[in-house]
Amino acid sequence: MNAELIREQFPILHQEINGHPLVYLDSAATSQKPRAVLDALKHYYEWENSNVHRGVHTLGSRATDAYEGAREKVARFISAARTQEIIFTRGTTTSLNMVASAYGPAVLQEGDEIVITPMEHHSNLIPWQQLAIRTGATLKYIPLQPDGNIALEDAEKTITDRTKIVSIAHVSNVLGVVNPVKELAEIAHRHGAIMVIDGAQSTPHMKVNVQELDCDFYAFSGHKMCAPTGIGVLYGKKHLLESMEPIEFGGEMIDDVGLYESTWKELPWKFEGGTPIIAGAIGLGAAIDFLQEIGMDAIHQHETKLAKYATARLSEIEGLTLYGPREREVGLLTFNLQDIHPHDVATVLDASGVAIRAGHHCCQPLMRWLEASATARASLYLYNTEQDIDRLAEALVQTKEYFG
Amino acid sequence: MQLDDLYRRVIMDHYKNPRNRGKFDDDSLTVDLNNPTCGDRISLQLKLEDGVVKDARFNGEGCSISMSSASMMTEAVKGRTYAEAMDLASRFSSLMQGEAVDFDEYEELEALSGVNKFPARIKCATLAWNALKKGIHEEE
Repeated sequence: MNAELIREQFPILHQEINGHPLVYLDSAATSQKPRAVLDALKHYYEWENSNVHRGVHTLGSRATDAYEGAREKVARFISAARTQEIIFTRGTTTSLNMVASAYGPAVLQEGDEIVITPMEHHSNLIPWQQLAIRTGATLKYIPLQPDGNIALEDAEKTITDRTKIVSIAHVSNVLGVVNPVKELAEIAHRHGAIMVIDGAQSTPHMKVNVQELDCDFYAFSGHKMCAPTGIGVLYGKKHLLESMEPIEFGGEMIDDVGLYESTWKELPWKFEGGTPIIAGAIGLGAAIDFLQEIGMDAIHQHETKLAKYATARLSEIEGLTLYGPREREVGLLTFNLQDIHPHDVATVLDASGVAIRAGHHCCQPLMRWLEASATARASLYLYNTEQDIDRLAEALVQTKEYFG
Repeated sequence: MQLDDLYRRVIMDHYKNPRNRGKFDDDSLTVDLNNPTCGDRISLQLKLEDGVVKDARFNGEGCSISMSSASMMTEAVKGRTYAEAMDLASRFSSLMQGEAVDFDEYEELEALSGVNKFPARIKCATLAWNALKKGIHEEE
């Protein structure tokens, strides 16, 4: 994989920020979009724009074909057994909320347990917190090892026969750890619980096979994997989705409406009320084509190599604390620089054209665990190069000098 | 973009040597505010008597801009009537909007004028002032 050639396909990367060529290191927040995706959106609006599943005219058929074609691409991308198991949503947050609202209350009773970890993004924490409050269930946390990893022995102790739902991030957006979700799913199933995976930080960076993981639900967002914002996916096993009632009513999800009773369409449309995010889904389809042409394994290898290089470069900087495990295969580097507040670090870096994230990364409980009020984070993607890491390291050294 | 517009000597001085940092050992009016987008926190304590801000102290964690702004604010409002303090707060908001404002009574505040060129940081600078406004509103 040649990152230089890939960079060429991202128009946004070829600009100057504050007089310096842009180094974009905030892809965990949102990725940049390649020309292929931008062109697909333009083509849709110029040649196909129409509502789906309604029009009997030509544009209606083109839009429907493109939208449903994107669903098939998603199903193949994550190796789902059936296209019906792919629900288009607004993103990971909506997908996880949908599981919590449509599945949770039907199965949980007072005293039952929901198991998560302290490293969860707020999107995979608050919906369960709310569900626990509403149903009287207990929210339990698998503790973290000192380096941020999960030990399976701890999972074995936390997950019990009272556990009904286990929901865990595939990859932490702060620590960069890849969690043993397959093994966790096995433990959950042994106790009769379902396994939900937050795939926001994994799907863009590595091959995901939902059947091999044997998870019950898998949630991810398009915008972190080269697609537009506002489109995401909820994968769910067919029998579970069929057992669930929709949570949004009206528009596309309707089958037959009477004055006092109505029926819903079959899967997956049952969960897609209103006019769906048609252009977003088509953009996601184009992003999947783009990523698969390069190859998910090649992307993952490139990022693993880059993450190693970045870990080494940042470790050379005196006074820099790098959080999470030393060995990392994904390009997420969270750190603090001496006692300089991460916002100040981010502002000084921005002055040299280097874009990173500063703050709590929507992981307040994890920040408390790290004993940091906030952290800085550099996150990599397929278009980053060693040169970007060098620019980051140089800018960090300058920041130290500036705040001396 | 000139970093020195943002990080003037005065700001760095207040960041490194904050004035009025700490807590009164009594039950003075306390306002806790945080900036949910970044996690900055401030706990402002005000001694309010007879319509006057007699004293102010703060604790908190945050970036150089939020903490230096808090330090300057506590210096600037001490001894002022509620109306004067609120007027100062509203002039500080104008400063953040990029307007030219005189702070004859506490000129150091003008050091924060550069923040308006860094829109992402305005919330940092205004956190302590929002706590002040909330505190005076509660008292009134």
